[in-house]
Amino acid sequence: MLIFLARRALLAMLVTLTVLTVSFMLTRLTGDLAIAIAGPQASQADVEIIRKAYGLDRPLLVQFVNWVTDAATGDLGRSFFYQEDVTKLISARLPVTLTLGLTGLSIAILTAIPLGIIAAMREGTLLDRGIMTIAVIGQAMPSFWLGLTLVIIFGLKLQWFPISGVETWQGFVLPGIVLAFSAIPALMRLTRSGMVDALASDYIRTARAKGLSRAAIVLKHALRNAAMPVVAISAVQLGFMLSGSIVIETVFSLHGVGYLGWEAIGKNDFPVVQSVVLFLATVFVVLTLLADLMNAALDPRLRTQ
Amino acid sequence: MRLPSVRLLAAGLGTAIVAIVLVAGLLAPWITPYDPFITNLDARMIPPSFMEGGRPENFLGTDQLGRDYFSRLIYGARISMLIGIATVITSGLIGITLGVLGGFFGGRVDDAVMFAITCRLSIPLILVALAVVGLVGSSLNVVVLTLGLLLWDRFAVVARSTTMQVRNLDYVAAAWAAGCSQAHILLREVLPNIIHHLVIVATLEMALAILLEAALSFLGLGVPPPLPSWGLMIAEAKEYMFFSPWVIMVPGISLFVLVLGINFMGDGLRDMLGAQRDV
Repeated sequence: MLIFLARRALLAMLVTLTVLTVSFMLTRLTGDLAIAIAGPQASQADVEIIRKAYGLDRPLLVQFVNWVTDAATGDLGRSFFYQEDVTKLISARLPVTLTLGLTGLSIAILTAIPLGIIAAMREGTLLDRGIMTIAVIGQAMPSFWLGLTLVIIFGLKLQWFPISGVETWQGFVLPGIVLAFSAIPALMRLTRSGMVDALASDYIRTARAKGLSRAAIVLKHALRNAAMPVVAISAVQLGFMLSGSIVIETVFSLHGVGYLGWEAIGKNDFPVVQSVVLFLATVFVVLTLLADLMNAALDPRLRTQ
Repeated sequence: MRLPSVRLLAAGLGTAIVAIVLVAGLLAPWITPYDPFITNLDARMIPPSFMEGGRPENFLGTDQLGRDYFSRLIYGARISMLIGIATVITSGLIGITLGVLGGFFGGRVDDAVMFAITCRLSIPLILVALAVVGLVGSSLNVVVLTLGLLLWDRFAVVARSTTMQVRNLDYVAAAWAAGCSQAHILLREVLPNIIHHLVIVATLEMALAILLEAALSFLGLGVPPPLPSWGLMIAEAKEYMFFSPWVIMVPGISLFVLVLGINFMGDGLRDMLGAQRDV
């Protein structure tokens, strides 16, 4: 188990390092950043001042090594636009994104697991097909359009929830629902297939033979075995949700990390852009590592891989 | 499985939707009643002809600049299909090459491929796509290339696992024994026997690419205006949606129906080609 853990941790670190490189190269794509920051009206002298001020006159390799060593100590540089430390900016925006992600995940789990169980118990019937069709439909819905549609229906017509902003908890409901849509199909499929396997297994037959009630069989025996991979995949889904929340944050004007990244792209604020990419990637790496460890703890066969 | 007729119906419906959108996109210049770029400030925000205040000349009404919405929608189909197909070709080439090599050779090669897939999955997709388009400048080519370079992961995963299954089969051994070259075995023995799995991945990725292009264009960093991308149409109509909800419903529902059609078609292909496993 220890060797497994060490290998996974090493892999996670290598991945993070690669992402560091990618996010650094990404912002150098335009060629000359100084010109891009200075804008079209700037004179040659202005460009040179900016080049010096942001350290862009140094060799690329030096810039890269500095960025990596600083990032490793938690210093992500200063934002051009906000004139503030990027670390501070991200941590100020984090609560919104985190609340949104967790709201989305909770809604997704509370919808997907019961529906998956029902589909598995009625495997092959019209009800099963109907539920699985919902999953396909959910996948086809463009999230930003769904967001706008919900705003029109529940924000404007029914006035149940605010149209934008998160001054109260109600502000998280609509964006949370939209975000949940992205995770529901995967969670539902996994719950269903896990439950189908579990319900067909010998220990369920034994439980039936003992005369246990249907509810006890499904909830106590089958679900316990089917739920574990679902919990692990939930961690991965949370990672996808946090990095995908950028679209939803923009639709609902929630000033989270994704929104920060989107603003920074528009303003050529490259320390913020590369830091947000790095931050979201690191969160994803940590969450998948967690999912791996959870799976390995539950299933010893995986540890030898 | 007990209800093949329902599945068949969905698959047929999906294929029909995709075919209609494809044909509409291809024939756009001949079937649209108006030029999608010509503005008419005297006829702005006219509702669709079947709604109150609509007029028969503009079947789906006009947008905030008085451009015919139906004509823009049809030209938008062109962009969506172009993005979907071009992205799948680019990402398919990358993903299938990596996956087949990793699955076939195993060992170090496979480790490298797995590492590449893990890295790709860790990179926040939408943010990086936005950043690339934002930094390089928005154009149709940039969007296709960016999405193509990002969406190869599922191709690689499926190509890798299916190649692993076929590489030890008898016909591959027979080809080795007959003295075939590595390239021959990869292209003539392995690839044809995993291609049906990859076709299904292609439908999933096409749907994803179309949704992503719409999202990028919606955020202002995708296809540049005045091109009538469906995502861009929703973005431009956003300000008016509270007074005239149809302006976001027309492109939104089109997008939804097209993606649903592609997914149904993919499910149908899965049944037909006998690829039972969840890919």
